[in-house]
Amino acid sequence: MTKGVITATRLGALRRAMPPAYVTMAGLVAGALLLAALFAPQIAPTNPLDLRSFNLADSEIPPFWVEGGDARFLLGTDNQGRDMLSAILYGARVSIMIGGGAVFLAAAIGVSLGLLAGYLGGRIDAVIMRIGDIILSFPTILLALLVAGLARAVTPEAANPRYVPFVLIGAIAIHEWVQYARTVRAATMVEGAREYVKAARVIGLPSARIMFRHILPNVMSPVLVIATINLAQAVLTEATLSFLGVGMPPTYPSLGTLIRIGNEFVFSGIWWIALFPALALVILVLAVNVIGDWLRDRFNPKLRSRG
Amino acid sequence: MPLAKQRKLQKVSREKMMSRLVLTGAVAFAAAGFLALPSQVEAKTLRWSSQGDIATMDPYAHTESFTSNMQHHIYDPLVRRNKELQIEPALATSWTIEAPDRWRFKLRQGVKFHDGRPFTADDVVASVARLLDPAARARGNLSNVKEAVKVDDFTVDFVLNGPYPLLLNDLSGIFIMSKGWLEANNALKPGNTTTGVTTFASTNANGTGPFVLETYQPDNRTVMNVNPNWWDKPVHNITRIEFRPIKSDATRVAALLSGEIDMMAPAPLQDLARIGGADGFKVVEEPSLRLIFLGLNHRAELQAEPGKPNPMKDKRVRQALWHAIDLDTIHRRVMRAKSRNVGTMVAPPIPGYSAALDQPLPFNVDTAKKLLTEAGYPNGFKTKLNCSNDRYIADEQTCVAIAAMWTRAGITVDLKTESRATYFPLVDKGETDVYILGWATLPPMDSYSVASALLHTKSGALGGNNPNGLSDPRLDDLTKKAAVELDEPKRRAFLTEALKITRDEAYFIPLHQQPVAWAMKKNIEVPVFADEYVRLWFATVN
Repeated sequence: MTKGVITATRLGALRRAMPPAYVTMAGLVAGALLLAALFAPQIAPTNPLDLRSFNLADSEIPPFWVEGGDARFLLGTDNQGRDMLSAILYGARVSIMIGGGAVFLAAAIGVSLGLLAGYLGGRIDAVIMRIGDIILSFPTILLALLVAGLARAVTPEAANPRYVPFVLIGAIAIHEWVQYARTVRAATMVEGAREYVKAARVIGLPSARIMFRHILPNVMSPVLVIATINLAQAVLTEATLSFLGVGMPPTYPSLGTLIRIGNEFVFSGIWWIALFPALALVILVLAVNVIGDWLRDRFNPKLRSRG
Repeated sequence: MPLAKQRKLQKVSREKMMSRLVLTGAVAFAAAGFLALPSQVEAKTLRWSSQGDIATMDPYAHTESFTSNMQHHIYDPLVRRNKELQIEPALATSWTIEAPDRWRFKLRQGVKFHDGRPFTADDVVASVARLLDPAARARGNLSNVKEAVKVDDFTVDFVLNGPYPLLLNDLSGIFIMSKGWLEANNALKPGNTTTGVTTFASTNANGTGPFVLETYQPDNRTVMNVNPNWWDKPVHNITRIEFRPIKSDATRVAALLSGEIDMMAPAPLQDLARIGGADGFKVVEEPSLRLIFLGLNHRAELQAEPGKPNPMKDKRVRQALWHAIDLDTIHRRVMRAKSRNVGTMVAPPIPGYSAALDQPLPFNVDTAKKLLTEAGYPNGFKTKLNCSNDRYIADEQTCVAIAAMWTRAGITVDLKTESRATYFPLVDKGETDVYILGWATLPPMDSYSVASALLHTKSGALGGNNPNGLSDPRLDDLTKKAAVELDEPKRRAFLTEALKITRDEAYFIPLHQQPVAWAMKKNIEVPVFADEYVRLWFATVN
C-alpha cells in the first residue's frame, strides 16, 4: 500500500520532470536542424557559396521525385543551378547565426540594464525603463528596417555581405533587449530585498559584484526562457528583413533570402525554390517555439503547482 | 419686450439656418454634379507598372530612356516618332536647312503649356540653353548643337558645330520646357542625377504634352490626367494614368492577375506562359533595339585591386573575359530563349549595323585560360562586377551567372547588385570595373549614339557614358567624321568601322538583345515598339 503510493509519487515526479512527447520531438527536430546547420560544410552535397560549384545548365531542376528530377539534387535546383538542399543548410546556418547573435546581444544588453534599473532604482531605473517603453512602442520589423536602412545611409559598407550579419544582429537586438530588461528588473527588485543581498551589502561588497555575482545567477532562469522564445522570433525577423530585401544578399543567402528569390518564381510553376526554404523556416521556428513554450510553463510557478 | 426680442432673435437664427441649409444643399448638389462629371465623359484610367521608377522628372538631368519615356507623356519634343517610329512634326511644324550649320524651325502656334503659358520661340531657346549647360547630365544628347537663336516668336534657328545629319533624330528626344515656368520656380539651371543636383523641375513638370502631371511620389506612384487642351487630336481614349513601380516580379504578376493594375512593361520572362494562359490577359512580344553588354574599366588600376596595373588594359584579358561567358546557356536558361546573342553594340535595324560583326567570341574556358596565361595572369586576377537588379530583363540573374562562369575561368569576381537608383550614379562616377549596361541608341536610333556616348573619349559633350577611361584615337576620329558626314553610305561606313574596332579590341563585351515583353488585360490596346517606349497616347481601353 505504502509502496504503491511511493511509486505513484515517483512516477508523477518523473512525469513532471520529463517533457511531454511532442516537446521531445520538437527538441529532436530543433537539435537535428541546429546540428545540420552547424555542420553544413561537412554534410551539404555542394558549397552554394562557391560560384564554381554550380552550373547554370543545371538550373530549375525539380526535386528528385518529380518528373525531370535529378538524383544529384534531392530538393531540386534554383534559377542559377544551385542545389537547394545545400542552399537551405547553409541558409539555415546563416539564419541561426544571426538569430542567435541577436538573442545573445539583446540578452546581454537587457540583463545588464535590467540589473542596473532594478538594483539602483530611482532616476536610472526611470530613464532605462522609459527608453524601453519608447522602443516597445515601435513594431519590431519597423524598427529593424529603420536601423538597417540608416546603417546603409551612413556607410555603403553596411550593404557589404561581410558586415550585413552584424547590422542585422544590431537591428533585431535593438528591439528585443527591452523584454529582458523588464523581466530582470522585476526579478532583481524581488531578490534585492532578500537577506543574502542585504548581507552582501552589509559586508561592504561593491554594487557591481552584488549585481553580477549574487543577484544575476538567481534571475537567470526566466532569461533563458525568454531567450528560447526570442530565438524563434529573431530568426523570423531576420527572414522577414531578408525577404524585404534589406537582409542578406543573394550571394550569401539566409532562409529569408532564399524565400525571396523563390518568390519571384512562384507564378511560373517552379515552386520548389520557395517552398523548401519556407518549410525549413517553419519547422525550425515551430520546434524552437514549442520548446520555449514548454520551458515557460515549467518555470511558471502558477502552472507548475497545478501539474 | 425681452420676449419679443427673443422671438425676433429666434426668427433671425431660423432664417440664417434656412439659408445655411440651402447653401449646403447647393454645395452638395454641385459636388454631386462634379463627381458625376467624369463618368459622363467615361473615365478611362490605365494603371500600369514597371520594375523600377523613373530617375527624375527633370528631362535634362538623366540619360535613361525609361525616364524619358515617362516624361514624353507630359512634355513634347520639336519632332517626334510616329507609330512607325518615323520622325514627324510635333512642336515644330516645318524646318529648312539655311546653311550646313544652320537649321530653321517653324514652331506650332496656339500651343499652351499645362499652366496656361503660351508656347513661343523663347521657350525653345531657354530649353536648349538649359540642356547645353555643362552641368546637365543629358548634355550629350545634343552634342552637335552650338545654340538656338530666336528669329521671331515662332521661328528658331539651331546653330550647329558643322554639318550634322542626325539633328532631327536628336531633337526627337529633347523635351521643351516653359521659360516662364522655369524662371518663376528658379529652375533655369538643370538638375543632374549623377551629381545629385535637384531643382523644382526634378519633382514637378509643366509641358505641352498629352497628359498633365498630378502627382509624382518617387518610388511610389506617378499620376497623370489627360490634357484637354492638347494641340494634337488624341487617338487614345485614356483620361488618367496611374503608374506604380513594383520591383518584385511575383508581386507585379500578382497585381496584374488580381486586377490591381491593367498592364505591366516589362513582364518577367518566366511568367509569360502563365499570364498568356490566364483568362482575360495577353502578352505581346517584340525584339527590342536594346542590347545588353558589359562595360570595362580602361584606367590604370582596377577598383578591386588598387595599386596594381589594370589587367584589362591587355586586349587578351578582355577577350578572355568574353570567351569565358557561356552566352548560349544564359540565352536558354536565364532569358528563356527569348533573347538573341550578339557580338556587336547595335541591333540589326540600326544604321551602321553589320551582320559580319554580330558574332560573339565562342565560349571556351580553355581559350580564356590560355589568353590569361599569355597575358601574364595564369592564376587570374580580381575584379568587381556591378549590376542593376531592376533595370534590364533578368539583369541580376545574368550577372550572377557571369560571375560563376568567370570564377570557373580562374577570375575572382566581387559581385554586387543593387537598385538602379544607386547603380547608375555609381557607374557614371566610374567607380566600377565591369558593369552591365543596356543601350538602345535612343533617342536618335543610330549607331552614332553608341559612338558619341560610349566609344568617344570623355570630353565635353562627347563620351558622356564612357566613365571608365576608354580612349582610342581611331574611335574619336571616326566619331567626329561620322558626325559631319552627310553622305549616308559613307557615314554608315565610318560607324561600322568604329564598331569593328570596338569588337576587335573587345572594348565592350556584348551579351544579348533583349525582348520587349508586355502583359496586359485583353481590353487594352497598346502598340509595342522596338525602342521599348510605352506610348500611351496610342493606347485605348475598351
